[in-house]
Amino acid sequence: MIQFQYVRTSTPKAAVDAVSKTQNARFIAGGTNLVDLMKRNIMTPEKLVDINNIPLKGIEQQGNKIVIGALALNSQVADSKLVQEKLPLLSQSLNAGASAQIRNMATVGGNMMQRTRCNYFYDTAMPCNKREPGLGCGALEGFNRMHAIFGTSEKCIAVHPSDMCIALVALDATVVAAGPKGERRIPFAEFHRLPGDTPEKDNNLMENELITAIEIPDNAFTRNVHYLKIRDRASYAFAVISVAAALHIENNTIKDARLAMGGVSHKPWRLSEAEKALIGKPASEKTFRNAAEIAMQGAKAYKHNAFKLKLGPNTIVQALKNAAEPV
Amino acid sequence: MGDNHYSDQPENESFAESRRNFLKNTSLLTAIAVTPGVVAKAAENDLGEKIASAFDKVPLKMEINGVKQQLSVEPRVTLLDLLREQLNLTGTKKGCDYGQCGACTVHVNGQRVLSCLSLAVMHEGQKITTIEGLTKGDQLHPMQEAFIKHDGFQCGYCTPGQIMSAIACIREGHAENEADIREFMSGNICRCGAYPNIVDAITEVKNNGQKL
Repeated sequence: MIQFQYVRTSTPKAAVDAVSKTQNARFIAGGTNLVDLMKRNIMTPEKLVDINNIPLKGIEQQGNKIVIGALALNSQVADSKLVQEKLPLLSQSLNAGASAQIRNMATVGGNMMQRTRCNYFYDTAMPCNKREPGLGCGALEGFNRMHAIFGTSEKCIAVHPSDMCIALVALDATVVAAGPKGERRIPFAEFHRLPGDTPEKDNNLMENELITAIEIPDNAFTRNVHYLKIRDRASYAFAVISVAAALHIENNTIKDARLAMGGVSHKPWRLSEAEKALIGKPASEKTFRNAAEIAMQGAKAYKHNAFKLKLGPNTIVQALKNAAEPV
Repeated sequence: MGDNHYSDQPENESFAESRRNFLKNTSLLTAIAVTPGVVAKAAENDLGEKIASAFDKVPLKMEINGVKQQLSVEPRVTLLDLLREQLNLTGTKKGCDYGQCGACTVHVNGQRVLSCLSLAVMHEGQKITTIEGLTKGDQLHPMQEAFIKHDGFQCGYCTPGQIMSAIACIREGHAENEADIREFMSGNICRCGAYPNIVDAITEVKNNGQKL
């Protein structure tokens, strides 16, 4: 690991100031992804601004929304009684991610900021436009079994790695960020980006902005929810495909629905058209299959990931079935 | 060094330049010595913000296995390397060093974490427990006894991490049944495949109901 400056801060403003003063400075919270990337010389910040002393760990109901501080640990959120009761989909998605040790370190804000696990991004001997713009994409013609089928570009076909974010995009969360120009709110669906011509940018945070909280509006998805994650081993692996499904069912009719997918795109992939196809219909396999077909429209496979075109809809149907009839 | 460890100066103008020079000479240990240090200046410290230059060591207080330690580390040193290289606590193992195997699991303020993905400087004032901190004199911890009784290991390399993780797993309430144990122990890889015996050991300790 290269050497770097290190500074501890205890307010969002001090953190933003500290990171603004140095080119190539980074915030560090849990460090579970950043330290890994620094060891491999994939990210080489000249300064780390430690934000762990900033009091942003709260998880609380504020009016008609639940506000979760950016420094709340993944394990704290997953185990929170409030979250388990009112946002069970979020709790499920968190427990599907990483390991118990990593969830004890990783924060909500850091989870949103984690980088793709594309092998070409991680292997500094291989070309990667995300790691070094202009080098080319090794995955495009390479071993792309884990790669995206939605929203890709010629520059990048990597997928977003988080499970938590799949639930958050489904639940219409809002990101609160503090920056040099003050605080602003970003709808979760607009937080992460598609690769386009600038795959080096994972999200729409402005320079030196710090995530301080996420807000999740109250919803009716307290019972019929399921986060289904398909992976190469039973636990502790990134998603091949994952689906966050939330249904509000009354008298076997779907009153409202939320659906999002992971492992398929550069950003958490919300399936709004499929949701519309669920609403007002009976909670049946036929309804779910129809929604899954709509969800997959526009999907484009590469050499090694064509299986996702079939695994995707099957995972959607199974997640919806599990949501409709929770164990 | 005293205050030289830290400077409240917002920026070290020569940092980038120094780093370039340093990188040219990475094979020369003397490079650090010829790099100009940060000018020390103590003032306006109201937020507790202090910048440690890349080449400085940072003073660090920790309690490790019940013993208060006053240490001095470079910011880039991981908790794992601090334990093993500076404190000779080699019970905590370096497996992958990238957060994928769990061999380096320790407790920080009672919570299990991966010491390889954690910078030591980020644990100022915290309590660390390693496998060496579990025994009371010659008396093994109940989880250590259970691993021996159930053959919860073969080569033993992952065992310290498994045991630290297993204790936390029970404390967290994530050892209610076998499926639970397997899920919440999935961050500890055992290449010898002692998993069934590890599950048995954890189940027995859980069922004994002792406070861990």
